[in-house]
Amino acid sequence: MSELRLMKGNEAIAEAAIRCGADGYFGYPITPQSEVMETLMTLRPWETTGMVVLQAESEVASINMLYGGAGSGKRVMTSSSSPGISLMQEGLSYMAGAELPCLVANVVRGGPGLGTIQPSQSDYFQSVKGGGHGDYKLIVLAPASVQEMADFVELGFDLAFKYRNPAMILSDGMIGQMMEKVELSPQKERWTNEEIEKMHPWATTGKRPDRERNIITSVELDSEAHETFNNKLQAKYREIEENEVRYELTDVEDADYLIVAYGSSARISAAAIEILREKGIKAGLLRPITLYPFPSKKIKELSGGLKGVLSVEMSSGQMVEDVRLAVEGKVKVEHFGRYGGVVHSPEEVANALEQKLNGGK
Amino acid sequence: MEENSMAEVFNDIKKPENLVYSKSKVLTDNVMHYCPGCSHGVVHRILAEVIEELGVQDKTIGVAPVGCSVLMYNYIDIDWQEAAHGRAPAVGTAINRLWPEKIVFTYQGDGDLAAIGTAETIHACNRGENMIMLFINNGIYGMTGGQMAPTTLKGMKSSTCPFGREPAQDGNPLKITELLAQLPGTSLVTRQAVHTPAAVRKTKKALLKAFENQKQKKGTSVIEVVSTCNSGWKMTPVESNKWMAENMFPFYPLGDFKDE
Ligand SMILES: Cc1ncc(C[n+]2csc(CCOP(=O)(O)OP(=O)(O)O)c2C)c(N)n1
Ligand code: SF4
Ligand SMILES: [Mg+2]
Repeated sequence: MSELRLMKGNEAIAEAAIRCGADGYFGYPITPQSEVMETLMTLRPWETTGMVVLQAESEVASINMLYGGAGSGKRVMTSSSSPGISLMQEGLSYMAGAELPCLVANVVRGGPGLGTIQPSQSDYFQSVKGGGHGDYKLIVLAPASVQEMADFVELGFDLAFKYRNPAMILSDGMIGQMMEKVELSPQKERWTNEEIEKMHPWATTGKRPDRERNIITSVELDSEAHETFNNKLQAKYREIEENEVRYELTDVEDADYLIVAYGSSARISAAAIEILREKGIKAGLLRPITLYPFPSKKIKELSGGLKGVLSVEMSSGQMVEDVRLAVEGKVKVEHFGRYGGVVHSPEEVANALEQKLNGGK
Repeated sequence: MEENSMAEVFNDIKKPENLVYSKSKVLTDNVMHYCPGCSHGVVHRILAEVIEELGVQDKTIGVAPVGCSVLMYNYIDIDWQEAAHGRAPAVGTAINRLWPEKIVFTYQGDGDLAAIGTAETIHACNRGENMIMLFINNGIYGMTGGQMAPTTLKGMKSSTCPFGREPAQDGNPLKITELLAQLPGTSLVTRQAVHTPAAVRKTKKALLKAFENQKQKKGTSVIEVVSTCNSGWKMTPVESNKWMAENMFPFYPLGDFKDE
């Protein structure tokens, strides 16, 4: 049975992981997301669903535990915040290279360096452009509510397995820490070992006499063969771009101005739009739900009838580059955002739009 | 006539009842890329023999390192995961936890296990992950062309300590196996070699024990094999074996550290 609960975004991730039948969580504590593992360790899912939960010695170890788990066909996940996610980049690159599915939740805090524990959206580049070495992408989902923190766990796993590629939930300290009503889905069964062997014939489940040995690897020393493999990866990314773009539109039908914002910034921008409309400025919102693949086509399509676009993000301007690429110079694109752990207010966003795009007052 | 009798002898030898040795069926027919005289090939062979003799080919999952043995999945016919440099113990940890009925081993060089992967090594052993760690200590980075390893001996030359390792500049050689024996999670910790038939037999025995321990869920078994890297050491295979016995064994004495 589904269940209505009031909980933090981080707790919702943990609850949703158990309920969607995840096999394993491997993590290392870091603020502002430690509640994910704390919740799991309190719920003790190994006694109910059989889900494994392990506190690793570092984020380097936890992402490589995901490699091992995913390589043997299991649904495994981790969560962390910015500095920890930086440590995982090597492992994520290896997983993309070995075509392994997994789910990583990044509850972003302000950087660079140790930075602050306050919310930020400054890991956009690292998340959507690859992050580690080599030509690869993560599938990136951006929740804007506690409900979506829960929902995107299963969605992230589904997409990761559909494309055999790591998926990331890119949230921030605000979504992770705030409490909201959330509808948790009913408990699903974990895949049985027999199901895993059937569904994922590539997984290292032990070489049976009736099949060739399975090898999970990202090494290919023959450069021609490696280019061919990279072409296959790229074809997969084009397919993802074709099929998996998700976004939400608010008040765009009659809009003169478009705000593009994800996660916390999208919620703040929705309030900013109300302020602007009260003043007679027709603004609308496009909220990317997938940051990779990015809703470039839709932004381009909308941009024809617009007087200006504002990219709102808690960073010094990262997503704005993709918004500019999307509109192909057709319309002015500006960026606004507080950063370093500061969260902008709806009034600040509304003012920025007026100042930067509506002639200022 | 002479040829005829030779053919007869060969045919006779090939009769199954007369065979005294054949390659393990768990070893593939791929030509190994190792330098002639390298210890890796010998260890692969006995590993394959142990897997065949115990009948566990269908439930053993190997985790290969980054190092000269990075492509060892080409040689042993089981399921494999190729881990990032040093991360095999973390990879193995998850396989072991998620598939507790399988047999998991890592195979790692000294750079992999005792330098870049030290944290993963120590914590997997300290948790007592139910897996086998095979540690090929050749005192050098073979794959990258002979640089200093954590286990390079004092005074021993490498391309990054070309005048010999000086502790004041380069730090000291690390006896990580002795360290791992101190951890409560390890059950079997032993140091072996494969430079003589007797040594090969002892290493194989240790491996059989380690596989047995895993079935009994005894925790982590660590088998160090003091090995030669004749290319990195710039010696012939015969010289390497001699040099190893004279220089490596005094600092890395062979024998069991723990057998519980
Ligand atoms: C992160 C990272 N750093 C460095 C390397 C380069 N590298 C490859 S193998 C190796 C050392 C291998 O030495 P060892 O583990 O002793 O194995 P051997 O080749 O001697 O068997 C190094 C430094 C790498 N592949 N990845
Ligand atoms: S370089 Fe050394 S370790 Fe590598 S294959 Fe040659 S002898 Fe063996
Ligand atoms: Mg070495």
